[in-house]
Amino acid sequence: MTITLNGEPYELEQPLSVTDLLAKLEIDPRRVAVEHNLTIIKRHTFTTVVIGEGDRLEIVNAVGGG
Amino acid sequence: MTDTSFTIAGRTFTSRLIVGTGKYPSHQVMRDCHLASGADMVTVAVRRVNISDRSRESLLDYIDTDRIFILPNTAGCYSAEEAIRTARLGREAGLSNWVKLEVIGDERTLFPDNEALIEATRILVSEGFVVLPYTNDDPIACRKLEEAGAAAVMPLGAPIGSGLGIQNANNIRIIREFSKVPVIVDAGVGTASDAALAMELGADGVLMNTAIAGAQFPVQMAEAMKHAVIAGRQAFLAGRIPKKMYATASSPVEGMVGR
Repeated sequence: MTITLNGEPYELEQPLSVTDLLAKLEIDPRRVAVEHNLTIIKRHTFTTVVIGEGDRLEIVNAVGGG
Repeated sequence: MTDTSFTIAGRTFTSRLIVGTGKYPSHQVMRDCHLASGADMVTVAVRRVNISDRSRESLLDYIDTDRIFILPNTAGCYSAEEAIRTARLGREAGLSNWVKLEVIGDERTLFPDNEALIEATRILVSEGFVVLPYTNDDPIACRKLEEAGAAAVMPLGAPIGSGLGIQNANNIRIIREFSKVPVIVDAGVGTASDAALAMELGADGVLMNTAIAGAQFPVQMAEAMKHAVIAGRQAFLAGRIPKKMYATASSPVEGMVGR
C-alpha cells in the first residue's frame, strides 16, 4: 500500500501505528511532531493512530534556523 | 542605573543576546558559538525529517537544553495558515509553546507580511502560544502586534542575513518608547557595533544568526556580540551625553602657562 510521507510516495506492506512506523524509520518519537492527514497527532496517541492506504503523513523535527 | 531583568512572558533570561542555529559550518562550531555568545535562548526551524538519510546528527544533540531555551520559528512561511501550522508542529515536537512567528511577504527581501502576521499572532495567542513576531521597523505594526497579544515585538534592523545593521535607528527608538512589551531587534545585524547600537537605542535584546554563523571566525564573533550587547545595554542605562554641533573643551581653559 502507498502513503505519502513527507511529500514523497512511500510503500508499506500493511497498515501500522505511528509508533511502529517511526521505529521502522529509526526516528526517535520524542524529537518529532507527526501530522496525519493534516491533523497533528498527540504523542501519547502514537501507538493507537493507524496509518492506512492513501494517508498523508508529515514527520518534522527541529533543524538549524535563525 | 541598575538593569532590570530581561523577562518575556514571565520567563527571565540572563542574556539579552538571542542566537540562531542555522548556517554554521558544523554543529560543533554552532555549540562553541552558543557558549561564546552567552545566549540562553536559541531559535530553531521546524522541517521535515530526512527519511532517506538517517545518518545525519540531530541538532538537539548539540544544544544543552538544561541551560538553553529553544524558540522554534516559522521561517519560510508565506501565509498565516502555513505559519500557524508550523507553530503547532513546533509545539507538538516538544520544543516549546513559544514561537518566533514569521509570515514572510516577499522572497527577495524576506520582509514580513504584517497583515497576515497580526492575524496569525491573534490566533496563536488564543491557542496559548507565547508569540514573538518578527516584524519590520513600523511602530504601528508593532502596536497592533502587541494589541494582538504578542509577548514581545521583534522589529528587523535590516533584511535577514544582509548585515546592513540598523537601517532606521529612530524608528527602533520610537518602537521602544511606544511598546509595553520587550523589544528585540531581530535580523540584519552585521557586526558588533550594530548590536551595540540596537541596545543603545533602548532595545531589550538582539537576535541574530548570520552575523555570527557567517563570520570568518564565528566563535570570535559570538564573543564580540556578547560584549557588544552588554556594552550597548550599559551605555543605554548610563545615559549618554547629548550630541552637539560644536566643541566643548574637556580640559580647563584657566591656568594655561604663558597666557
